[in-house]
Amino acid sequence: MNGAHDCGGMMGFGPVAAERDEPVFHSAWESRAFALMSAVGDIGGWTLDEDRSACETMHPADYAATSYYEHWLHGLQTLLLKHGLVTAEELADGRCHASRIAKQPTPAPAVWGLVTAPGSYAREPQGPARYAIGDRVRTRRLNPAGHTRLPRYLRGHAGEIIARHGAHVFPDSNAAGRGEDPRWLYTVRFTCAEVWGTATRDTIHADLWEPYLEAV
Amino acid sequence: MPHDGHDHDDDAGAALSPVALRVKALESLLVEKGYVDPAALDVLIETYETLIGPRNGARVVARAWTDPDFADWLRRDATAAITSIGYAGRQGEHMVALFNTPETHNMVVCTLCSCYPWPVLGLPPVWYKSMPYRSRAVMEPRAVLAEFGVTLPEGTAVRVWDSTAEVRYLVIPQRPGGTEGWSAEQLAGLVTRDSMIGTGLASSPA
Repeated sequence: MNGAHDCGGMMGFGPVAAERDEPVFHSAWESRAFALMSAVGDIGGWTLDEDRSACETMHPADYAATSYYEHWLHGLQTLLLKHGLVTAEELADGRCHASRIAKQPTPAPAVWGLVTAPGSYAREPQGPARYAIGDRVRTRRLNPAGHTRLPRYLRGHAGEIIARHGAHVFPDSNAAGRGEDPRWLYTVRFTCAEVWGTATRDTIHADLWEPYLEAV
Repeated sequence: MPHDGHDHDDDAGAALSPVALRVKALESLLVEKGYVDPAALDVLIETYETLIGPRNGARVVARAWTDPDFADWLRRDATAAITSIGYAGRQGEHMVALFNTPETHNMVVCTLCSCYPWPVLGLPPVWYKSMPYRSRAVMEPRAVLAEFGVTLPEGTAVRVWDSTAEVRYLVIPQRPGGTEGWSAEQLAGLVTRDSMIGTGLASSPA
């Protein structure tokens, strides 16, 4: 969806404000929100793509005006409701009114193993790859109402395939509950001249799935 | 709410902000529901505050500077090479190492959210997740670099990497001059977090 999260190339946000010796968390609530998101994510029954999609449903004005952990909090509450783990009444007053769904919470000793376990989003391809390294491609002019990982600023632009990563879980399908639908994933190089019309030798790279691309 | 030593606006006794209250209520609800174990939350926080952070990535870079075979492995299969040092897992499932050279400077962003290589860099700083960085890194990378105090020679091309999938990028900065004969451990001390995102360079020897 063309939400506020898709901000590449937007203007007016001002300079980057880097903080010296920044702590990992700026307050206890941030650390608890992070840990809740992670711990509930392990047992909630939703995917990372559904999670990102839920964060993106925040109103654009709210998204731009709140911190990142507030985006996550919005996403977590959205998913808890959607998956029936809590009710709106429970979220409103913080008390348990409805019966719980049987879930086995992650025990503390299992945390390290879970966060450091090697994983993979690569899957068996559903067919042969359409493109090879060195091929010229153009991104499609897609404007899906649902989740996508093709940023707005890269739509309708020509680039070159510089890497092929195998078939990966396709977020546009996975976030919508249509399964993992693995598609070939490529790294595509675009010149800044192509994307922004600027006269530099600088380039932009993005990891894009085959359905986002067409042959030039 | 347990203390983690980093409380600022919501110390016990001080008035909690609305969002802090919201998180506190959510945690007690989810604990009451039996969905989370508060001790597991403590461990998660401690893990990313003390164990998984940019010192990991600095060790990867220092090894690449001192061990050409390891550097080659990083170029071919960064996930396996980094796993061999003991860093793997969440948000680092598919790693790619980007080597800076005098001709090419690499810089990483996630315009769509906050994708970042957790096993080697830990959780991202606020600026990396902020709208100014995400909106501008792809459009005016040199202006953003200048705000970080980095001015590149005209002849150096900037390559920006937008982390739009589950591939995570680690920049291998150029080894600073004047470090001949240094050990990997000494060199790791020169590798800043920002140099591994590409918004900084490795520090020069004092």
